[in-house]
Amino acid sequence: MMTLKNKIWLGTVACVLPLVSLPVFAQGAVADKWKWLTFLVFGTIIAVTMFVTYLAAKRVKTTADFYAAGGGVSGLQNGWAIAGDYLSAASFLGIAGLISLYGYDGFMYSVGWLVAYITVLLVIAEPCRNIGKYTLSDILAYRNDPKKVRIVGALSTITVSTFYLTAQMVGAGVLIKTLIGIDYEISVICVGIIMLMYVLFGGMVATTWVQIIKAVLLVCASIVMVVLVWSQYGFLGEFLNNVVNDPKVQQRVATLLGDKAKNLSPAELGQIFLEPGLFLKVPLDQISLGMALVFGTAGMPHILMRFFTVPTAQAARKSVNWAMAIIGGFYVLTLFLGMGSAMKVGPASIAAIDAGGNMANPLLAQALGGGPDSLMGNFMMAFVAAVAFATIVAVVAGLVLAAASAMAHDLYVGVIKEGHVTQQEQIKAARIATILVGAMAIVIGISAKGQNVAHLVALAFAVASSANFPCVLMTLFWKRCNTGGIVLGMVVGTFLAIGLVMVSPNLTYPLAVKAANDKIVKASDEKLAKLNADLKVATTPPAAPADAAAAVPAMPAVDPAVVEKMKAEIAKTEKAKKAAADKIASFGTDTTSIMGLEKPWFELRNPGLYSIPLGFLAVILGSLMYQDKRAEDMWDELYVRQNTGILAAKATAH
Amino acid sequence: MAETSINWVAIDNDPRFQRLHAKKLAFLTGLMVFSLVYYFLLPVGAAYFTDIYKVKVYGVVNVGILFALSQFVVAWGIAFYYTAKAKDFDVMAAELVRDAEKIGAK
Repeated sequence: MMTLKNKIWLGTVACVLPLVSLPVFAQGAVADKWKWLTFLVFGTIIAVTMFVTYLAAKRVKTTADFYAAGGGVSGLQNGWAIAGDYLSAASFLGIAGLISLYGYDGFMYSVGWLVAYITVLLVIAEPCRNIGKYTLSDILAYRNDPKKVRIVGALSTITVSTFYLTAQMVGAGVLIKTLIGIDYEISVICVGIIMLMYVLFGGMVATTWVQIIKAVLLVCASIVMVVLVWSQYGFLGEFLNNVVNDPKVQQRVATLLGDKAKNLSPAELGQIFLEPGLFLKVPLDQISLGMALVFGTAGMPHILMRFFTVPTAQAARKSVNWAMAIIGGFYVLTLFLGMGSAMKVGPASIAAIDAGGNMANPLLAQALGGGPDSLMGNFMMAFVAAVAFATIVAVVAGLVLAAASAMAHDLYVGVIKEGHVTQQEQIKAARIATILVGAMAIVIGISAKGQNVAHLVALAFAVASSANFPCVLMTLFWKRCNTGGIVLGMVVGTFLAIGLVMVSPNLTYPLAVKAANDKIVKASDEKLAKLNADLKVATTPPAAPADAAAAVPAMPAVDPAVVEKMKAEIAKTEKAKKAAADKIASFGTDTTSIMGLEKPWFELRNPGLYSIPLGFLAVILGSLMYQDKRAEDMWDELYVRQNTGILAAKATAH
Repeated sequence: MAETSINWVAIDNDPRFQRLHAKKLAFLTGLMVFSLVYYFLLPVGAAYFTDIYKVKVYGVVNVGILFALSQFVVAWGIAFYYTAKAKDFDVMAAELVRDAEKIGAK
């Protein structure tokens, strides 16, 4: 074990080693020796944000302060806060990881996350600022039956936020465990409590500043890393040329292509890394995802809420422009981070620690700083890990605030109390709701341990794009839209999106997993038989396995390095076989998904392609079938206000 | 919701508002359609016109990479264009905001 460890310390990135070195990394990607550094950076970030929360808490006196930071956030500040609210760990770690493992397809995937903001800029941000107050339902309630639409709007907000929140909490637990080896449960509880402190005491004021700090950290960390990558691999053309000619990248493409790679030259293999097709195999799914992103972002309650924090429509516009500059710039950098880590660390090593590639950025930081045994390397990795942590906490804070506002402002104040509530009672309700949602996030996060949560992000965007977006857009722009349309649209959009995801390939289907792992077991058996036979030939027959390498030097014909390598290969294959066998065993006698299906009934992972048009259709049909005089009477007022901003300032002043 | 003396119907029927609303709606619709078409060309093209994406333009740089990068430039361009144009709408709206309580006063 010691020699193995030494090799890792030496920073060996040979393709065989990573799997063998897993036991070391199981304690966390940051080695024990350097954990103090990680905690130091974590501690500093938490201390700074807590201080900001302390300052913010003094400023939170009214309901408007708690939900909307009193409408006193500037366009520039809000732009950074939107970026902080939006760029989740999935963006910072996930997309760089996808690019490092699949090249072009990963980069193409990132584009939709920026284009989403065009919808926000053109049709959502300014009208919402002009007529909204604290929540998504405030917009819906403007000309429709307030009670009815607040109920459906709040339920949809809580649903979307909870899905997204659960994905973030589970992601946080897994991430912190992988990075520094802290137990999953403890990680989830820590994230939950820290986020609760921000929101509970500092409301939207603290949440805004935490998101700004996080976005600045994220951007700075990315810029530093990209500059280091460029200094080694050159800028655009030269950089891509280096990617194509990198042996690790070529090896990766060969592995992905399998038999098809046989007749290709190394340069051709490398070039394929810059072409579409390595990751995204179902075109319709790709388009469907694009729709969910482009329309879903505009229906995300925690993003919408950010526009109530600025004083005017002009400031809202300015904030989207800043957000687009920051978010877009960040995704362009991600191309270099992802491909940079493919060259510097290697796709095989990245995938060995986390199959989804989430560790690409932290590992790249470590490698850029001088490797796993250097102070600088570990400092940089610690910094990136801490940024990832701050990222999750900031996103979670925004989500909790959105869910809590729906509960307190829409359901309690709007529906149960019908608005007859004092300022003090409103803030109290908001704080109680925050604690409820926070506690719920922790409990769900812990109980979802080990679950496949990838579909939850798809689900959040699916509901936001199929229910929230059609309702908000139609009530703002279609005169005939009314309560009936909003209620039907919300219900149909939400249930359709959830229903289709529940029968999609996002869920785990035991039969398919068993079959895939069965294949691995069989292939491993064959490989092991061959490897053991080879080993027998290579070494002097009987020798005890542990001493084989030591005994060999007497025999000049056998190269100890070769034997070592073979053993490593055998160990790796046995490990893979055991993992596959464990996986099969873990399902027991299960043959169906949690929905009782043996195989997906709906083939797309993203339902948007069908659920978004049907959501719109539901709003239209619901409106046509329902008579609502108030919605008609209020149209002039709403339409004039959303276009001109008359009274917007007064609404903010409350 | 708003208990004010503003006559919303009158403002809606005011020719200045009608002009603002018509211009804005046409502009937003056009820009929105353009941005959606340009964006969805990317995944559609990657799926059905893969060979075009593979054509090398400069060294190893191919059409696909340039097209994906152009998405960022176009998105920023749309935002820039909209922001420039929105200043005109702001001016038109400001006039209505100023006269809001006078138009069709009850």
